[in-house]
Amino acid sequence: MMNKQLTAADAVAQLRDGMTIGFGGWGPRRKPMAIVREILRSNVKDLTVVAYGGPEVGMLCAAGKVKKLVFGFATLDAIPLEPYYRKAREAGELELMELDEGMFQWGLRAAGMRLPFLPTRCGLATDVTRLNPELKTIQSPYADGEVLVAMPALNLDVAFVHVNVADRLGNCLVTGPDPYFDHLFARAAEQCFVSCERLEERLELSAEMARFNTFERYLVKGVVHAPLGAHPTLCAPDYGWDMKHLKGYVASSQAENGWQDYVQTYIAGGEQAYQAQNGGADSMGALPLPVF
Amino acid sequence: MSATCDFTLAELMIVAASEAWRGNGEVIASGLGVIPRLGASLAKLTHSPELLMTDSEAFLVEEPIPLGPRGDYVPRYSGYMSFERVFECVWGGRRHAMIGPTQIDRWGQTNLSCVGDYQKPKTAILGVRGLPGNSINHLNSFFVPSHNTRVFVSGEVDMVSGVGFKAERWPEGTRRDLMDIHCVVSDLCVLDFNGPERAVQVRSLHPGVSFEQVQNNTGFPLLKSAQLNETVHPTQEQLALIRRLDPHDYRATAIKGNPPGIRTA
Repeated sequence: MMNKQLTAADAVAQLRDGMTIGFGGWGPRRKPMAIVREILRSNVKDLTVVAYGGPEVGMLCAAGKVKKLVFGFATLDAIPLEPYYRKAREAGELELMELDEGMFQWGLRAAGMRLPFLPTRCGLATDVTRLNPELKTIQSPYADGEVLVAMPALNLDVAFVHVNVADRLGNCLVTGPDPYFDHLFARAAEQCFVSCERLEERLELSAEMARFNTFERYLVKGVVHAPLGAHPTLCAPDYGWDMKHLKGYVASSQAENGWQDYVQTYIAGGEQAYQAQNGGADSMGALPLPVF
Repeated sequence: MSATCDFTLAELMIVAASEAWRGNGEVIASGLGVIPRLGASLAKLTHSPELLMTDSEAFLVEEPIPLGPRGDYVPRYSGYMSFERVFECVWGGRRHAMIGPTQIDRWGQTNLSCVGDYQKPKTAILGVRGLPGNSINHLNSFFVPSHNTRVFVSGEVDMVSGVGFKAERWPEGTRRDLMDIHCVVSDLCVLDFNGPERAVQVRSLHPGVSFEQVQNNTGFPLLKSAQLNETVHPTQEQLALIRRLDPHDYRATAIKGNPPGIRTA
């Protein structure tokens, strides 16, 4: 029987310097952080990172792995400013393609549909188009003749997304209230690797549960079993974000050797050690979901 | 209007914000941040029940959700509004958002990306987020908790994230008729862009604030609206609704020092 299970290290071993990598999730929500930590343990560099940015953007920036960032924002939400993104940005270190949030998903959609671009009004009359000369306009061929932005396809070499449930065939369920745009990341990528909270042999679902499947398994190259793999971001409905951890992460950005200490404490020892450093799997899995 | 009302500046601003959504029809009212969200909620509970709102996550509600931990309160949902659907709504124009940009200029252009030079900014902020798309597709209003010349800048904003009324910014052949700006609610006044050629004008001054004080804290010249008056005070009914919508009093920390609604010199 087909079995797409592999380790995080196996998935990250597929990466090459200079690749364009997309990360699913949204800000501090359902980010594939176990995979990100594995990337931080690797030697891969010069990445173009494409994301609705959360701590994965900051961490990859802090580690010096980001050559270019394609993004609409980077934030920890309850803590508005992502500290290491901010550092890298203010040091002038990053190449940027800063996009409207809606244009961004439009670019992923174009890639998934194998189109060169999709038209939109977003970005017109702003510095998004002025600062990104690669964004061209196009005139409607119909009677209206309207001028629009031709949002280019955001083609990804690899996408990583974290889901609640997957099986060995690559079938996935996203059971939180919002699927974000993980399905578009999966479609936009040459290869998509999924990490999951729970891994099953083969999903056998009720019709009601099957509706939580947001993209097809033919898009999934490999499945990594990574319980608590979104921590310190939230993974609704399973667990909330870890504000204590995120505050420590922010504080590290202001401390001397702060990033090196963060890596030493949380990254270097692997996922078992990571869980021990964060109070263990039981307490991590019981982190309350935020209420707005 | 009763002058005996005991209300805070934040409560005055919530009521002023709620007025932004009056008469909008069936659109999504998105108030981002404590005061805009309470303003939208108050609008729906009073003068504009036809508004649509979310639980600030992924579901539509017909009863605005109180802010913060809910105790026994269980939200009842009337529909679904994932981020993906938000973009469908935004691009269809059926939304009126109120957000707090870092900078606003005389053309109504807004900045949420960075302060200073784009390549090596003094301060990196969030990124443009949804501003380019929101601003060109639907009605927007803005919220400014501290009215000063760092927010209301003298020239253009440092990074134009949201579109405004500056003609030179619009390429030929693009549609400008789908965008509009309704108002700006600050801690000093309410502004709009309804002056000649969409010039900025003061529509109302908060109690105890002078036009000169607003002008001195604004980086560009202001006009006085023909209807310039004092910002309407909250009623007891509105204050009771605000207390119900904000049981943990988050509004007390929304404006620095939580000043009273009627300021004295």
